[in-house]
Amino acid sequence: MAEYRKPIPIPSPETAPFWEASKKRELLIQRCQECGRFYFYPRPLCPHCLSPHVEWVRASGRGTLYTYNINYRATYPGFAADVPYVMAIVELEEGVRLMTNLVDVKPDPDQIKIGMAVEVVFEDVTPDISLPKFRPASRG
Amino acid sequence: MDGLRRKVALVGVDESDELGYLPHKVALQLHAEAARNALADAGLKKDEVDGLFTAGVSTAVVAEYLGLRPRYTDTTTVGGASFLMHVEHAAAAIAAGLCQVALITHGQTGYSNRSRGVRPAVDPTLPAAQFEAPYGVAGPPSVYSLACTRHMHQYGTTHHQLAEIAVATRKWATLNPKAMMRDPITIEDVLNSRWISYPFHLLDCCLVTDAGGAVVVTSAERARDLRKKPVYLLGCGEAHHHALISQMEDLTTMTAAQVSGKQAFQMAGLGPKDIHVAEVYDSFTYTVLMSLEDLGFCAKGEGGAFVSGQRTAPGGNFPLNTSGGGLSYTHPGMFGIFTIIEAVRQLRGECGPRQVRGAQVVLCHGTGGSLSSAATLILGTG
Ligand SMILES: [Zn+2]
Repeated sequence: MAEYRKPIPIPSPETAPFWEASKKRELLIQRCQECGRFYFYPRPLCPHCLSPHVEWVRASGRGTLYTYNINYRATYPGFAADVPYVMAIVELEEGVRLMTNLVDVKPDPDQIKIGMAVEVVFEDVTPDISLPKFRPASRG
Repeated sequence: MDGLRRKVALVGVDESDELGYLPHKVALQLHAEAARNALADAGLKKDEVDGLFTAGVSTAVVAEYLGLRPRYTDTTTVGGASFLMHVEHAAAAIAAGLCQVALITHGQTGYSNRSRGVRPAVDPTLPAAQFEAPYGVAGPPSVYSLACTRHMHQYGTTHHQLAEIAVATRKWATLNPKAMMRDPITIEDVLNSRWISYPFHLLDCCLVTDAGGAVVVTSAERARDLRKKPVYLLGCGEAHHHALISQMEDLTTMTAAQVSGKQAFQMAGLGPKDIHVAEVYDSFTYTVLMSLEDLGFCAKGEGGAFVSGQRTAPGGNFPLNTSGGGLSYTHPGMFGIFTIIEAVRQLRGECGPRQVRGAQVVLCHGTGGSLSSAATLILGTG
């Protein structure tokens, strides 16, 4: 297997549970126990009310495509073999958005529709890190 | 809300001695050249500078290099809008008596950094390193294009409408001897240029150059007996609402620009119809289109129609980015200061063949980061 040369996340104290869960094919987001709102990316204080009383929640992994682009240049050398590749912002059912790659789809604006249903898949990039990515939903 | 209206004047502006591809110069030299040129433009001596403002590098580094000992400093660094914010901060500091002569400098070698191997260090604990970079997010084209796709989806904005901006801006550049790209282009040229990050073609994207610029600000009172006709700050506003593009609330709307624009207009006691010339940061064609909507020149979603028919070109009824902008004049990485330099020159009537006749009120607008930060200035002769 060729060496993985793209940027690799280095888990920090506040994000370690997210990356550990990704390894187990679970997509975690957080919910504030005080104001009740979901949020992403992980942090121990709620960005809505700064409460420290927050919990990890397993997201369904289903969502819709909020927007995307198709990249023809590899700004990081590790992406050279992937161009053109699709970056996407996905809105999860729980209402939060995250950056990802759209996979299992042709990098073609005629094939990619904003609003289309997508579902999470996990790509193992190192023994410790699996990246959540999204593909067109298999049903519904 | 009068706020800072007419409290200060912009009395000196200039670029570095050269703009373009400058492998023989480093960024600090470009700060210094621009600072010297802008002070000469103002007719002020270096030793009169007591406030220093810059972005991307600490004012301590710039002050030492220039031999300055400021008593007021500000290194606000929130991308290309920073230098417009510096004008607001300088105005507040001058109005409060904390400094008298504020020097804002910029120098950047976005082009030469590539061959020098200069890359910004990424702190692995920051959210960008963990939640965006692994997906290939790197540099503004891969970020702003995400917003543009959404705008096209939501409002029907077209590649052709975006290309109108690139073509019109190039027409202005043909009239500016300092502009890097001076050969006219057509809509077809833009649409046939290669993809960088869909929906952006190459000619939807700004240049990458080496350049410096500087602006001198002082009190309206002190400005009266300086070399050039004073250009007054009539209104200003600033805001930033997120850092990562994935955290932006609505990718079609820059709420920070709505805030900065509204405040600037209110302070000036003016509205969009009172603006004679607009200098709006054009990192991409889309940046301009969205900014025009958020500043209130047209309704949300109507930016494409607004710029159609070469309305923003020389001879059109909405003179926009008269220097040739970041798309065709220069763009070393952060463009904000160059919007101010061109605005002041237009208001002084120094623009030769590209001079907009009767320009008495000019709006400058900066956008920074991942559509993160915004700053608006309204400048005028009276
Ligand atoms: Zn909360």
